[in-house]
Amino acid sequence: MASSHQASGIRPARLSAAEIADNFADLHAPFDAHEAAVAADRCYFCYDAPCMTACPTSIDIPQFIREIQAGHADSAAKTIFNQNILGGMCARVCPTETLCEEVCVREVAEGKPVEIGRLQRFATDQMMAKGVHPFSRAARTGKTVAVVGAGPAGLSAAHRLAMKGHDVVVFEARPKPGGLNEFGIAAYKSTDGFAAREVAWLLQIGGISIEYGKGIGVGLTLSDLQTGYDAVFLSIGLTGVNSLRAAGEDKAGVRDAVDFIAELRQAEDLTALPVGRNVVVIGGGMTAIDAAVQSKLLGAENVTIAYRRDRSAMGASRFEQDLAASRGVKLMFNVMPRAILGAGAAVEIELEYTEVVDGRVRGTGETVRVLADQIYKAIGQTLQQAPEGLEIDGGKIRVAADTGRTSVAGVWAGGDCASGGDDLTVTAVAEGRDAAEDIHASLMG
Amino acid sequence: MADLTTEFLGITSPNPFWLASAPPTDKEYNVRRAFEAGWGGVVWKTLGAEGPPVVNVNGPRYGAIWGADRRLLGLNNIELITDRPLDVNLAEMTRVKKDYPDRALIASIMVPCEEAAWKAILPRVAETNADGIELNFGCPHGMAERGMGSAVGQVPEYIQMVTEWCKQYYDRPVIVKLTPNITDIRHPARAAHAGNADAVSLINTINSITSVNLDAMAPEPMIGGKGTHGGYCGPAVKPIAMNMVAEISRDPQTAGLPISAIGGITTWRDAAEFIALGAGNVQVCTAAMTYGFKVVEEMISGLSDWMDEKGYASIEEFRGMATPNVTDWQYLDLNYVAKARISQDDCIKCGRCFAACEDTSHQAIAMSADRTFTVKDDECVACNLCVNVCPIEGCITMEEVPVGQVDERTGRVVSGDYSNWTVHPNNPSAAAAQ
Ligand SMILES: Cc1cc2nc3c(=O)[nH]c(=O)nc-3n(C[C@H](O)[C@H](O)[C@H](O)COP(=O)(O)OP(=O)(O)OC[C@H]3O[C@@H](n4cnc5c(N)ncnc54)[C@H](O)[C@@H]3O)c2cc1C
Ligand SMILES: Cc1cc2nc3c(=O)[nH]c(=O)nc-3n(C[C@H](O)[C@H](O)[C@H](O)COP(=O)(O)O)c2cc1C
Ligand code: SF4
Repeated sequence: MASSHQASGIRPARLSAAEIADNFADLHAPFDAHEAAVAADRCYFCYDAPCMTACPTSIDIPQFIREIQAGHADSAAKTIFNQNILGGMCARVCPTETLCEEVCVREVAEGKPVEIGRLQRFATDQMMAKGVHPFSRAARTGKTVAVVGAGPAGLSAAHRLAMKGHDVVVFEARPKPGGLNEFGIAAYKSTDGFAAREVAWLLQIGGISIEYGKGIGVGLTLSDLQTGYDAVFLSIGLTGVNSLRAAGEDKAGVRDAVDFIAELRQAEDLTALPVGRNVVVIGGGMTAIDAAVQSKLLGAENVTIAYRRDRSAMGASRFEQDLAASRGVKLMFNVMPRAILGAGAAVEIELEYTEVVDGRVRGTGETVRVLADQIYKAIGQTLQQAPEGLEIDGGKIRVAADTGRTSVAGVWAGGDCASGGDDLTVTAVAEGRDAAEDIHASLMG
Repeated sequence: MADLTTEFLGITSPNPFWLASAPPTDKEYNVRRAFEAGWGGVVWKTLGAEGPPVVNVNGPRYGAIWGADRRLLGLNNIELITDRPLDVNLAEMTRVKKDYPDRALIASIMVPCEEAAWKAILPRVAETNADGIELNFGCPHGMAERGMGSAVGQVPEYIQMVTEWCKQYYDRPVIVKLTPNITDIRHPARAAHAGNADAVSLINTINSITSVNLDAMAPEPMIGGKGTHGGYCGPAVKPIAMNMVAEISRDPQTAGLPISAIGGITTWRDAAEFIALGAGNVQVCTAAMTYGFKVVEEMISGLSDWMDEKGYASIEEFRGMATPNVTDWQYLDLNYVAKARISQDDCIKCGRCFAACEDTSHQAIAMSADRTFTVKDDECVACNLCVNVCPIEGCITMEEVPVGQVDERTGRVVSGDYSNWTVHPNNPSAAAAQ
């Protein structure tokens, strides 16, 4: 089927079903019990462990690893879920190389950290496989909370609130829960429908109902929720996308990377998913890497990431960059799109070299053309339709650190839509949890 | 290359590595393979008296302790002496000795504690042309219940008595194998010496239960829901064996008594350490049972390379060199002062030394906000715990405080004079003596 790489245009079935299955298998194979024991044995049980500080959800990492060592992975799972109810997803998607594993003393000493992410997956997977949900609800408080958006921030908040005895209604604009866990994360990080399984497992706590196809601007307003509920938590993510501002942006073949990824994540059969022969991805973050790598895995012949600054400025970690390179993606730095060329459909993209002067990127005038029948825009997501009346800070809902309180009393926010913190799954989980604690304190105080 | 040839009780073997009496030496087939692999000698699996042989259990005989990557650290067994007929063993020994005249072949024997029993078996063993015998006074399970093995080894009078019989009815070297399941190893060694033993060998296995099955609520290995204590051996027992070897080696009453050291020997270094404590050769069981006979190759190459490096031409040149430095606590120099030193270049900032010293010792390590760990000389008692828990070898060291310098902890100037507990003012007996 080698010739399918070279077939021009955007087309499905570049690879066989078997090749596709192979390409989209788990990025990091799960540990078996023996591998986990050996990996756990490498942990030094550091005093005041740096990894724990580096984890946005402050999981007691030395403790859970010790529990694995001692042959009691259930306790390990509880230690993880206590701090991070989406510990299963985080184990798969966290850029551990820039979080816990980056500061592991063994990374510093020998360049080989304890494999915290994979150990976390081992512990959480085995408990979830048994269908055990380790938490139960406190006595009902009679209070109700509306959560808007069923992504990691919303789910984390909902779980913590339900556990405290409040009744939670989650409004989700899409027909499925999970947010970017379901629609955004690379397919090889969340295999076998994990995102959906994790939500089902999380909801076992009880006290949470999800209303799909509803949300702010989708049949409801913020003030409806303020009147109907004792508190509101906003976790609507960033659903807008920036525009490229390059000539020919409207040509066929030009598309938002997040839409492509969402379609890929929801595809029943990946061989039926069309992809270009010559793919160019504009951007430098995780979305750019994921769009590029997955295009390659679908069978595109040439995939290029075009980023307007240099490597060190890239949002994607070195690990992610290397992953892309190892899959055959070409990384171009210091180039920006000028024009998309082709009669009706894109055929080529013209890029202009850039330099950074006083921190600002500007063109040098020199250009280069790259074949491109498909172009993905991965230049950042933006907050869409922020509910009226909320103060905005740097394009996001302004919140107080640690509590997630917005400028409006009774309204909290967290995750990507809120100010502060990295736009990561784990940060969204931490912010949802912390806001829930603050909501609980306010409601009961 | 250093010459590893060993003369032990006049028995020559090409190297000091013998296989201990155990399954690896239970029959001709194994022993031939062992000799082909390079082992210097074997102590044949313990023979019992003429008649129906003992029977072993038909369930698991072994239990084990492992490191995280399944490295076997300790092995426990409930096997008995050979369960093959005496004449089969004797015929095989005869053939093997004939084919391998340059290797040591020792017969291990355990028969009832009656003169007639020993008198009966010894001439038959002599006919095999074995180089000597080893008296198994060590087996801690099964045989002990029948008044043999460690039941004899725990009563010095019996040891002496049986040893004397053997010296009377057998004219080649007699080695007495000691059990560690006793309070003071010097007593059985002295008894063997008094009975005119040519040597002692030690240790046999240590009474143990390796694990408890928490579902069945029974010790493991489990035979039909029950378990029994077995004999512990392998790397885990080496420190215990070394102490026992050293105790005998430095006991004036047994001074010069040859020792064949056994217990956890796995690498050349283990062997070198036992020899430095006075052993004339070593015996190995668990290492061979874990890795196969090929392990002897590393023991041979490692020992001879190290001897070359140190300039020792033969084992006798360093044998027993460490024995004079084994002393009693009361003779340790109380004027010697050291302090822990943490190499900041090597430190990986795990903080284990801090946790250990702060929580469980002397609060002598300071931790800064940026995780720099430093020793507080005014608190450090030089206990060495930080060195032992540090994951980086050589990162924390013990440095001697030079004579003339002040020990910041006590405020006293370090004296160069040797002084020990026997003369210390806090010692009531020292005061009484004055
Ligand atoms: C392609 C891609 C790959 C990524 N890869 C990683 C990764 O590997 N690791 C990592 O840590 N992070 C990754 N991220 C970032 C991570 O996915 C986000 O930081 C995280 O999902 C944010 O969670 P959230 O709950 O704030 O928002 P989201 O996950 O975006 O969830 C928001 C939810 O709100 C719903 N919603 C939006 N508006 C409304 C409304 N008005 N009314 C009702 N519902 C609404 C949405 O449908 C969605 O379900 C990636 C992001 C993208 C785009
Ligand atoms: C399965 C097994 C059977 C043994 N059988 C005997 C025996 O018959 N006679 C004997 O003197 N020692 C016997 N031993 C003890 C060994 O000879 C040896 O003293 C002990 O295992 C310690 O050495 P090691 O740590 O190298 O294994 C046996 C040990 C094992 C593991
Ligand atoms: S030697 Fe002992 S007392 Fe001194 S710093 Fe180390 S652990 Fe503390």
